[in-house]
Amino acid sequence: MASSTRVTFPNKLLPYLLLAPQLAITAIFFYWPASQAIYQSVLREDPFGLSTQFVGLDNFRRVISDPNYVNSLQVTVIFSVATALIAMALALLLAVMADKVIRGKGIYRTLLIWPYAVAPAIAGMLWLFLFNPSMGTLAYLVRSAGYNWDPLLNGDQAMVLVVSAAAWKQISYNFLFFVAGLQSIPKSLIEAAAIDGAGETKRFWTIIFPLLAPTTFFLLVVNTVYAFFDTFGIIHAVTGGGPGKATETLVYKVYNDGFVNLILGDSAAQSVILMIIVIGLTAIQFRYVERKVHYG
Amino acid sequence: MANVELTNVRKVYGNSVEAVKGVNIAIEDGALCVLVGPSGCGKSTLLRMIAGLESITDGTVKIENAVVNNLGPAERDIAMVFQNYALYPHMKVYDNMAYGLRNRGMPKDQIDKRVREAAQTLELTHLLERRPKELSGGQRQRVAMGRAIVRNPKVFLFDEPLSNLDAKLRGQMRVEIKNLQRQLGVTSVYVTHDQLEAMTLADTLVVMNSGSVEQIGAPLDIYEKPASTFVASFIGAPPMNLVHVTADNTGLILKDGTHIGAEGLTVPTTGAVIGFRPEDLEVAAGHEKHIGGLQLDLKVLGVEPVGAESYVYGVVGGERVVVRVAGRSPSQTGDHLRVIIPKEKLHLFGADGKRIPPA
Repeated sequence: MASSTRVTFPNKLLPYLLLAPQLAITAIFFYWPASQAIYQSVLREDPFGLSTQFVGLDNFRRVISDPNYVNSLQVTVIFSVATALIAMALALLLAVMADKVIRGKGIYRTLLIWPYAVAPAIAGMLWLFLFNPSMGTLAYLVRSAGYNWDPLLNGDQAMVLVVSAAAWKQISYNFLFFVAGLQSIPKSLIEAAAIDGAGETKRFWTIIFPLLAPTTFFLLVVNTVYAFFDTFGIIHAVTGGGPGKATETLVYKVYNDGFVNLILGDSAAQSVILMIIVIGLTAIQFRYVERKVHYG
Repeated sequence: MANVELTNVRKVYGNSVEAVKGVNIAIEDGALCVLVGPSGCGKSTLLRMIAGLESITDGTVKIENAVVNNLGPAERDIAMVFQNYALYPHMKVYDNMAYGLRNRGMPKDQIDKRVREAAQTLELTHLLERRPKELSGGQRQRVAMGRAIVRNPKVFLFDEPLSNLDAKLRGQMRVEIKNLQRQLGVTSVYVTHDQLEAMTLADTLVVMNSGSVEQIGAPLDIYEKPASTFVASFIGAPPMNLVHVTADNTGLILKDGTHIGAEGLTVPTTGAVIGFRPEDLEVAAGHEKHIGGLQLDLKVLGVEPVGAESYVYGVVGGERVVVRVAGRSPSQTGDHLRVIIPKEKLHLFGADGKRIPPA
């Protein structure tokens, strides 16, 4: 916007020096491992790790034609869409409700933000214990209500459990942003809409929701990335990818094939595909969804 | 079109702060009523109570002779222009104006007709496809007005609609609002803290101070006969000069102890405040005796020439006064002037600040 007010440093070296720490971190923790993954993805290693051999795109071909990989892709799509949607919808609902509270606003907000401070693995354990069919308190309630709850054998139920745990963990974060977004909408707009004859529901969908679009879009990007990558801990703790491969997401499969089964080439090829998927998704989001977003 | 009637309207907030203390106002059908007063006097709260955006603690608000206390803002058939315009930023100008009509389920072709008519009236036709952020302050103001008039409501409410505009545009829009209101003949309530806006727009002027009505009347009546020292000092620019006096049997005593001739003025024993407009002073050339006028010595503190007139700031009996002089003033800082206030131009207020009508 104000490109004319560019800061000019007297010393030519100083700006680079100031950027150096961030660049170093990005280089060491992103570019280096990423290039290693790409390098590994075109190699095949013998079972004892004694020799490697260049195989071109063979690893990719094998991975893509593997029915387990296609299954994992489906699992990831279901898991990510469900997690992002549930986490965002519930957070928005809670934020709208919390916005209406007059007394004790701060207490409600603090309590709703707390789950964010829980580590993924801990959150996973929490849900595991609560819903473990043999000892979980809530599982007992569900079973005593006559529902055959058994996520250890039933893949769909296992999916429900990991989605719940992953969404629960992310709701706090989304809530925080939605509350801030709601606060930035001028009260007079809501009042003007009320005078214009819009009821509460109508006001929400025609005024508040469109004005929250920048926040919603930002959270959509963040939640997608979260569901893809950050949920490893939860899945690992709750189901370990099972039963069968019902909750094995792409990231979990990368881990399983690479570090458990030690098929390094395949695992690296999967990482590269995963990277391309996320880059593609983010590009699509920015290109097509952001167009519909109005920044106040 | 409708009349608006407020009876003993009170607003008490949860923490027992009384923002509006029993206000009675009757606004005739088609009249423009201006509520004026300093910040925090309750004028906006009162307006929001008429709009239905604020609950009414006590008393009744009637629109077209029907009590609307328990009706929501939408059911009162009013339209409001907000200080920050409150345009919907994600909608085009057209949709901003059509929104209220769509919510009421009006057929599309009728909406289109109404919006285009309103746009024509306000010269907005070429802006209908724009979004609010692509408009200037004055254009946004017009859209806000347009959104109000398409609805063809019973009452217009204006909450300081011009305070975000620059001085020149404000003057222009003031005239436009006045003309539009006349043309449409819709009963209007207009809140402002700008006394010039209040004077020029109002059919009925309501001067408010800390939650109460100080005076209601036609603007010029209020200007000529302010009911209290508060009104006297609020209406008029520069405001009325107020000089505290006490009386003894020789005449009047000013705040710093100066004795002056009473010139037939009867001042209560509790003391009084003499008021006079800056333009009602005459600067005496020599020491001629003015019949029936109060004579005061004024020490000049400064002179402000503003072109067509000059303001001479000075001290009389220890209190600040200002004199408006046509053209340029020959006076200079430190001069002593003899000023005369014709008796018929004097205003007398009691120690309680209330006007004492001339005997």
